[in-house]
Amino acid sequence: MRYQGKGVYSAVTIGKVQLFKREETVVRRTHISDVKQEKKRLEEAKRLATEQLETIYEKALKEVGESNAQIFQIHIMMLDDEDYNDSIQNIIENQHINAEYAVAVTSDNLSALFENMDNSYMQARAADIRDISNRLIACLAGNHQEQETRDLPDKVILCAEDLAPSETVSIDKEKVLAFVTAYGSANSHTAILAGTMNIPAIIGLGEEFLSQIKDGQTAIVDGYTGQFIVDPSEEEVLLAEKKIQEDLEKKQMLQRLKGKENITIDGHKIHIYANIGNMDQVGAALMQDAGGIGLFRSEFLYLENTDYPTEEQQFRVYRKVLESMTGRKVIIRTIDIGADKQVDYFQLEKEENPALGLRAVRLCLARPEIFKCQLRALYRASAYGNLGIMFPMIASTGELEEILSICEEVKQELDEDGIQYGNKVELGVMIETPAAAIISDQIAPMVDFFSVGTNDLTQYTLACDRQNPNLERFCDPHHEAVLRLIELAAKNAHAHGLWIGICGELAADTSMTETFLRMGIDELSVSPGYVLKIRDVVRNIDLSK
Amino acid sequence: MKTFEHKVKASEGIHARPAGLLAKLVKEMNASVIISKGGKSADAGKLLSLMNLGVRKDDIITVTISNGEDTVYEKIKNFMDENF
Repeated sequence: MRYQGKGVYSAVTIGKVQLFKREETVVRRTHISDVKQEKKRLEEAKRLATEQLETIYEKALKEVGESNAQIFQIHIMMLDDEDYNDSIQNIIENQHINAEYAVAVTSDNLSALFENMDNSYMQARAADIRDISNRLIACLAGNHQEQETRDLPDKVILCAEDLAPSETVSIDKEKVLAFVTAYGSANSHTAILAGTMNIPAIIGLGEEFLSQIKDGQTAIVDGYTGQFIVDPSEEEVLLAEKKIQEDLEKKQMLQRLKGKENITIDGHKIHIYANIGNMDQVGAALMQDAGGIGLFRSEFLYLENTDYPTEEQQFRVYRKVLESMTGRKVIIRTIDIGADKQVDYFQLEKEENPALGLRAVRLCLARPEIFKCQLRALYRASAYGNLGIMFPMIASTGELEEILSICEEVKQELDEDGIQYGNKVELGVMIETPAAAIISDQIAPMVDFFSVGTNDLTQYTLACDRQNPNLERFCDPHHEAVLRLIELAAKNAHAHGLWIGICGELAADTSMTETFLRMGIDELSVSPGYVLKIRDVVRNIDLSK
Repeated sequence: MKTFEHKVKASEGIHARPAGLLAKLVKEMNASVIISKGGKSADAGKLLSLMNLGVRKDDIITVTISNGEDTVYEKIKNFMDENF
């Protein structure tokens, strides 16, 4: 059986299913005669519940850290909340009903209030109200030891409707492989806990699955896809095992190489940066320990919009990336849009050969207002970090001159408006046309760095459409012609004191790493997931041999 | 009585934690502080009621302080600038 939910922590596991049973306390409504005595009982239970919560807070502090443990301090405050207490006391007083029932009614009323709010975070807080109320009821019933660690068979996939915050703490984490719940949101404690424990979790599967599964059944939890597969087929198990193995290797690599230098055996250092295509990937770049962003494709700002993104909109995104990278180099490539990456509102004419058409800087020079808007946003953001601006598809010094004079114009305008910008913004050219590589000696004195776009450089050098699958065997990025062009650009870069990087797919090709290092390539920029792999390769290269 | 307006800057609005801290502060000072937003009001000393206002980022809340020491205004204002 397959069930689809929402994965809240990306990892995979295979194990035995275990239903999480809650000992529901049935709350009976009884009439009481001694209001004073009942209130005293309530006060005593409240004191006990608070004590329990203090203990849980201390435990959570050690297990899941301060920020996640704080919820139990909030629980203590909620228990002491005036509205909560007034409601319970009023019910006892006016209706002469037992305290347990008064707490249950109050819990229902207040949690419903939160459930109806139009804010998913606040909706999730209804679980907190129910949690403290259940605790209070248990204390009233004289059930004091319910918060001890629950007995679980070894290593299980815990399946529940949802887990209350205090339940997530009372579970013996050594024994849990994954969490799978019928309800819950990304804000729920189950999701937060899975994140701190680094185990897969799927939420929102719907309650039917709980009645269809049995303890001990084998199941796969795929936190990447949100799939929960009970009684999986052999192929499904093999696939899951492969994913687990990959995750494990990545994790081991991370532990082994995080924080280490990108240095060869003989002491040659290079930079390994990450290529990213949107804001979400900044986190991945940081997690994989990238030394910077070597290629930030700014196209998503245009592709995700229905109209030209404003300067302000762009500024905010660029600033955020720069701030997130805290002083590390961030190279943003100006728009690379053309007939191959269509954006409706650009209203571009259809072209016979879009790869050779009005794209990237060519489009920017044809429509300078779009270009200037992006440059203004980039320069404004440069005050917040270490920015490099990179121009794609350069083929002549003439067009580069035009671009550089627009940059000067933009800076002048910012000066006039009294707007600050960084004074060390590096400007660079993408080496992705054979022309740029061949005249790299002329281009070099005009800029601060080069970055080789190997995908386009290969397609233009070999006259091979890289979108055409029939040409795959001809479109060889290892072709001597491509490598000679890269080497030429590297030589000319260094002759003029520039640094040179590679940001195309070839940068992640580990069979090429040594060749690139021998050419003198100073930086390799790869997808976040490859950063450590390349670091590993670099650390095993000896250039002195 | 003192009243001031505050624009909420915290990206997640008034969450449980800052609300809890404010409630604690108000109780400690024995002050009466009312927070209103869009016609709804809550006693800042009551955590649940404060959370129920559902204040989000960029919402403008009105804070009314009706008794307590002179230092209350300053303390509350500082607290909001730092936490909300």
